[in-house]
Amino acid sequence: MKLEDFDYLSRLLKERSGLVVTKDKVYLLETRLTPVARRHGLKDLDELVQTLRANRSDKLLIDVTEAMTTNESLFFRDTRPFDLFKASVLPGLMQARAGQRKLRIWSAACSSGQEPYSLAILLKENQAQLSGWRFDIVATDLSKEIVAKAKSGLYTQFEVQRGLPIQLLVKYFKQTGDKWQIDAGLRSMVQYGEFNLLTHPRSLGQFDVIFCRNVLIYFDQPTKRQVLDGLADVLTKDGVLYLGGAETVLGVTERFKPIPGLRGLYQRSDGEAAVKAA
Amino acid sequence: MKTCLVVDDSRVIRTVARKIVEELGFAVVEAEDGVVALEKSREALPDAVLLDWNMPNMDGMEYMKALRALPGGEAVRIVFCTTENDMRHIQEALAEGADEYIMKPFDAEIVKTKFDLLGLTE
Ligand SMILES: C[S@@+](CC[C@H](N)C(=O)[O-])C[C@H]1O[C@@H](n2cnc3c(N)ncnc32)[C@H](O)[C@@H]1O
Repeated sequence: MKLEDFDYLSRLLKERSGLVVTKDKVYLLETRLTPVARRHGLKDLDELVQTLRANRSDKLLIDVTEAMTTNESLFFRDTRPFDLFKASVLPGLMQARAGQRKLRIWSAACSSGQEPYSLAILLKENQAQLSGWRFDIVATDLSKEIVAKAKSGLYTQFEVQRGLPIQLLVKYFKQTGDKWQIDAGLRSMVQYGEFNLLTHPRSLGQFDVIFCRNVLIYFDQPTKRQVLDGLADVLTKDGVLYLGGAETVLGVTERFKPIPGLRGLYQRSDGEAAVKAA
Repeated sequence: MKTCLVVDDSRVIRTVARKIVEELGFAVVEAEDGVVALEKSREALPDAVLLDWNMPNMDGMEYMKALRALPGGEAVRIVFCTTENDMRHIQEALAEGADEYIMKPFDAEIVKTKFDLLGLTE
């Protein structure tokens, strides 16, 4: 690939999705974008860049971005964050909201839906303690295609075997052909939408819990800061922010601080999370 | 060291599974059918069993019932690993006492997930 083509593509990707592609990832651009070029009837990456330069608002741009983002996800990813949700976050926030009896949760890079559905399953499994409460689960992602997949609730045999206990598969999924579909009741618990984290989230309202996991790793420092500061604006003062295992707020922004004893969970610096000690 | 009995009539599958389970820190014993598996279980109860369903001589279901009836056999973690990938078979296995269920084809990550879920790994 020509150096100027690489520069063009990496700038474009960063602008549109925040994704940072360094020079050592040229091979990644080539292996992922060559099939996209072919699908659009273009000979090679040269032609792909030419076409993008001519018209940036094209379907091609969407396909390029989607091909470059990593959608890998699994149910109950890393297990412990979900254990903590049940043991500390939920009881703490329910005590703090005993008046309103309503909690809003946002899965901010939901990929194919495993994260919001894990939360929905968790709530469903504990519904006896939650009666009279309303839970809004809002799930968004940059990629239109992946949001559509999440909404469908359809998973391959491989996907349903990653992170999901077999008892929950039996209880909450139906087999349709060679796919598995999550039950309509759970699907209706999640509101899906497209949302680019590079834009400010104020239009989405306030949230008590935000899951923003395994997406900041793809961004550079200023972008991480910008995204986190936006999240701080829409998180309630006693709310909880979840980041992925390889992500932190430390050295990135002063708006959040870790919640002592609860790894991967953060609170606003100007507030205190309503969590029950683990 | 924890032990895992890998039961499958395919030598290729046993070899693949052995490698994956050894990676998870287990000592592995192999058996090619339920009869051999039961013999080995009588000699020493394993901590976990990765169990095919369809096998000659004695199938996985029959073996599981026999294992569960051995003294201490109820504590063994049994993970089915089979091409029977429909709801009816899964439900039957769970009803008869299986702890987890893997639908073939499988990979290292799936086996790890299931062993993690059962608290078999550290
Ligand atoms: C690796 S997945 C993480 C999924 C899930 N949160 C988890 O932890 O398993 C990353 C997701 O971030 C999304 N993404 C990347 N850039 C984004 C952006 N600027 N705005 C919103 N989502 C973005 C991708 O489309 C992808 O689905």
